[in-house]
Amino acid sequence: MSKKNSGGGKAATSSSWKNSLKRDWQLYVMLLIPLIIVFVFNYAAYPGMRMALMDYKPAKGYAGSKWVGLETFQKVFRDADFHRSLKNSIIFNVLDLLVGFPVPIILALMLNELRYPKFKKVTQTILYLPHFLSWVIIGSVAYTMFKPTTGLVNIALMNMGFISEGIPFLTEKWHWAVTYLLIGVWQGMGWNTIIYLAAITGISGELYEAAMIDGANRWKRMWHITLPGIRSTIVTLLIMNLGRVMNSNFERLQQFGNSQVKDFQYQLAIYIYEKGLQSAKFSMATAVGIFQSVVGLLLVVLSDWVAKRLGEDGLL
Amino acid sequence: MAKKKEEVVRGAEVVNDGNRAINKFRISDAVMMLIIVLLCLTCILPFIHLLAKSVSGNSYVLAKQISFIPKGVTFDAYTSLFKDGSMVYSMIYSIIVTLIFTVLGMIVCTCAAYPLSKKRLKGRAVFTFLLMFPMYFGASLIPTYLLFSNLGLLDNMWVLILPLIYSPYNMLIMKTNLQTSIPDSLEESAFLDGASNFQILTRIVLPLSKPILATLSLFYAVGRWNAYADNAYYIRSENLKMIQYKLSQLVSSAAEAQTATLSEAAAVTSTPEVLQAAAIMFVTIPIICIYPFLQKYFVKGAMIGAVKG
Repeated sequence: MSKKNSGGGKAATSSSWKNSLKRDWQLYVMLLIPLIIVFVFNYAAYPGMRMALMDYKPAKGYAGSKWVGLETFQKVFRDADFHRSLKNSIIFNVLDLLVGFPVPIILALMLNELRYPKFKKVTQTILYLPHFLSWVIIGSVAYTMFKPTTGLVNIALMNMGFISEGIPFLTEKWHWAVTYLLIGVWQGMGWNTIIYLAAITGISGELYEAAMIDGANRWKRMWHITLPGIRSTIVTLLIMNLGRVMNSNFERLQQFGNSQVKDFQYQLAIYIYEKGLQSAKFSMATAVGIFQSVVGLLLVVLSDWVAKRLGEDGLL
Repeated sequence: MAKKKEEVVRGAEVVNDGNRAINKFRISDAVMMLIIVLLCLTCILPFIHLLAKSVSGNSYVLAKQISFIPKGVTFDAYTSLFKDGSMVYSMIYSIIVTLIFTVLGMIVCTCAAYPLSKKRLKGRAVFTFLLMFPMYFGASLIPTYLLFSNLGLLDNMWVLILPLIYSPYNMLIMKTNLQTSIPDSLEESAFLDGASNFQILTRIVLPLSKPILATLSLFYAVGRWNAYADNAYYIRSENLKMIQYKLSQLVSSAAEAQTATLSEAAAVTSTPEVLQAAAIMFVTIPIICIYPFLQKYFVKGAMIGAVKG
């Protein structure tokens, strides 16, 4: 095969394609299956995005609906609901990142310092558990635990005399915001430590040995060896997470939603669902969906660029 | 490479021994262990509380006397759930959907990852791009909804399976793993012996990749099992809803109307609170039971996934 490839120009390209097909036709046949799936279920939906430029009426379909140009986008950008959902999405996702990002790093540093392998293994297994439970389980358990009058947390706090009446953890918007964020951190904390722990095992033991001979204590070793050792992992994960700042999880939001906290819970995923599937404002929901996808894509490309500029592996 | 790893491991052991020799058990150790134990408790106690509640007598629950130990033990709530049958039906249905999904998902994932792991494959960059792009740019909910409607997938079991069986994320993990763990020379020699690509895949590559196949199957299965937003979007019929969505509806209707929605036949004697706790545990217990045995495969997958993506 390589002999034939060594020729120059167009002939060589076509003959190498021929050879490639001859040798690898089975691989191309295999590839057809996932390609058909993405074309039928993903790419085939792209032309539907044109309804953002139409006044789409479900009864009339694409052919019968009027083209209105950018009118829908103008309407969306003036829509108070959209402003609220966009603001909430950005604020909550940034807070998620600020609160949630450092926790797994700290946890990984602590787990790494543990001296009893058995203890470490058992606790790690327990800490990963919330990641494997669906949001409906987490949400309904949280509602049971945090109910103002009958929830175990409030009962315990009252019995201990810290409070005289129940805290509305999930039924008042400011309390809700804190509870919602902390439960998000709790759900992801164990899982995200895996990557940092893997990075820590890659640090050479000689460094620690040398540091100890020089008299560095545990905190100094953590600060001067472990943290710099996992710096690139931290940067990569941070940038990856920044790229996701527009995506909110519909299941998590819906499960923690209730009428008292609508002000904060109303984020883009909820906006699209309610406008689109519940009130049949298809064009508006699609316009917001496109806005979200475009901004999301730009953020990913930007994060990739920043990561590569910083000398880390890109994501794309 | 293995030798280097061994050195690192040995190095770490030296450090550990050193640690033990130089540092005695300090307050900082105790504090860290305490923090970790407390965090672990937050992961366990809520479930013990719900379990206790679900098997306790109504009056004890109403009197708020249940914390972690059940009182007046009764399995009435579970009996009602089983008599009603809709949760049990939904559980079996969800298991079937998850199994079909996982098998098809692994086939599609292999079909994408194996060819794309071959550097020699012509057009590899284009195919990779085509298969990755949807992960970064979705058509958004409504166009997708209308597409599925045109395909006759609305209110159809297959809408829960087909659109998701190709997962770019899982494909990346498998591709990375195939590229790093299987030496090219092995396949090259099989090829010279006259094996076709397909034979190399089934006789050499897949048998050598059992750990990653196990990990990805679990990723697929857990992903399908836990997700239910698509049930809310595309499914109307009661008997096509997966268990997580059923639970979501049961829990929210119990919160709104103070009565959980089970049929008359269930002859519910438990209070909504107990019944709700039982329903949550009914869905959670199977996962908690199998989780400790499968956990190590997940960790493996997460570590490969962290390399890229």
